[in-house]
Amino acid sequence: MGANLFQNYGEAVAMFLFVIGFGNLLLQSNLIKKIIGLNIMDTAVYLFLAEKGYISGRAAPIIADGVQNMEAYINPVPSGLVLTGIVVSVSVTALMLSLTIRLYQRYHTLDLDEISLRLKKEGL
Amino acid sequence: MESTQMQFVQNFPCFSIMLCMFAGIVSSVLKGRGARRLNTVVLGLNIVMSAAVLLFTVSKGEFYVYVMGRFSAPWGNELRAGVLEAGMALFFCIIMLLSLLGGRHKLLQEVEAGKQNLYYVLTDLLLSSLLALIYTNDLFTAYVFVEINTISACGLIMIRQNGRTIEAAVRYMIMSLLGSGLFLVGICMLYDLTGHLLMSNIKTEVAYIMANGTYQVPLLVTIAIMSVGLAIKSALFPFHAWLPDAYGYSTVSSAAILSSLVSKGYIFLLFKIIYRVIGFEVFHDSKIINVLFVFGLMGMVFGSLSAIKENDIRRMIAFSSVAQIGYIYMGIGFGTQVGMVASVFHVLSHAATKSLLFIAAIGLTDVSGGSRKFIELTGAGYRNKFAGAAFTVGALSMVGVPTFSGFISKLLFAQAAVQNQGKMLPALLVLGVSTILNAIYFMKTVIRIYTPVEHTEYPAAGWRQGRIYAATLVCFMILNVILGVFSQPIVDLIEMGLNMFA
Repeated sequence: MGANLFQNYGEAVAMFLFVIGFGNLLLQSNLIKKIIGLNIMDTAVYLFLAEKGYISGRAAPIIADGVQNMEAYINPVPSGLVLTGIVVSVSVTALMLSLTIRLYQRYHTLDLDEISLRLKKEGL
Repeated sequence: MESTQMQFVQNFPCFSIMLCMFAGIVSSVLKGRGARRLNTVVLGLNIVMSAAVLLFTVSKGEFYVYVMGRFSAPWGNELRAGVLEAGMALFFCIIMLLSLLGGRHKLLQEVEAGKQNLYYVLTDLLLSSLLALIYTNDLFTAYVFVEINTISACGLIMIRQNGRTIEAAVRYMIMSLLGSGLFLVGICMLYDLTGHLLMSNIKTEVAYIMANGTYQVPLLVTIAIMSVGLAIKSALFPFHAWLPDAYGYSTVSSAAILSSLVSKGYIFLLFKIIYRVIGFEVFHDSKIINVLFVFGLMGMVFGSLSAIKENDIRRMIAFSSVAQIGYIYMGIGFGTQVGMVASVFHVLSHAATKSLLFIAAIGLTDVSGGSRKFIELTGAGYRNKFAGAAFTVGALSMVGVPTFSGFISKLLFAQAAVQNQGKMLPALLVLGVSTILNAIYFMKTVIRIYTPVEHTEYPAAGWRQGRIYAATLVCFMILNVILGVFSQPIVDLIEMGLNMFA
């Protein structure tokens, strides 16, 4: 168990980061901190994928010098997934930021709990 | 697979997804009215195409796989259509069309004049992502469309601009992102374990892993993470905190679409994961179903209790959704085919009923000076007769009165409970309690809207502007009664679909 953990330390770090990001997104009341948490969480997943796709001692699967042997290259699929994931997380982050701007313009605070309190007082 | 010649109808799943997506893109440069017409045409075409695929798969008696692009099975991307997929697509399109028609006049009032077309951009994208979730056979594609679904749903909430909706949209986004983060990690771990992204290929590998007895713990963790991720996204109790605001303050079409379609899309994806990715047996043997079962039961009770306490009709209906999602997860939690059939039927029944209730409620509040408080709604059933009748039908269906759809789903749940030894007692008990609680708050509302008032300052609803609205309500009521009266063929179709699903 311990040896496995040490061998796959990249994955372990990725999971640790994921939990940090997840906790931040869930528990922080400041919207910007939440968004930072979201980004840490997503990036941790990409780290995990990249770690999984990499096979030590092999190169990116671009055929150079005429080497056609499969054994020379890493698995390209996780890299593709990471790229797709980045696109998704960029758009989600942009949406969250724009919502944050809207809320800030209305309530002049980034604290989500305080905004909820004020909404309750408004009794809309 | 005997005939290698592909028939034209087999292209329809791909066409319908693409059609919605392009309609969304084109709508962004159209005026509001044009975007609305395009949306209606697209929905109509989708209904026709889904019905054609449904007929095709029923007559063939088997599913078919549609290869996207040139690469075949382990590498390429696939769509897969069977009876359940086509039926669900057909049903979702009908509900969406009716919800949009019913909320049309409200939409004109509540959305800024220049932004009407954006609403239809969002609904088109939402529909395309729902259809993609229904048809896709690739887990990562499913993830991408889950995110598209989330983004467009968020847009649907916040298109009516006030502080409440923006806050609700932020809360919705946060919960959804937590859910999809977990789902994504689950997919990555599953890919790591099995080396595949196509659902059917993953299943063979999972069976192999189980047979070998290796990697049991990682597999269990993966199943748990994916289930919890989708449970968060579909607002299973205790992850429902965002729901009442999001459903209660957005424009009425959005509320109907969100409650009846968006959360159901994720539940459908969960069905798919259970049957096609993990395999029903493996999922059943993992203890995750017990967790889903318990949270389902809790949702049934606590959702209803919150609804009873609520003094705002829209928020009350929203809390009722929490209870109904609980029913669906309870059905999954039985871990039997009968329970799954009950869950799928309840997806249909709840979608038809909840959108009806939201649309009807808006008619009632409109004739009460726009107030949603119960005290103002007194006698609203007389001022807007169609909305009153429709709300009564919806309420009776939710409570589970025979001839309406809700009765059949309760019956199916009870049958499933009786067949499951260990879970029979808690399930039947909670089913009974929840029915009583449902009856309390829905009947309270129905009595309230049919309590005559001596003199009212609110005028009755005009007939002229309400024709589309009334027609929509009639369609909804008919749909509800169809689900309730002709349930046997529908249940048979669901069973056939589930057998094809694996």
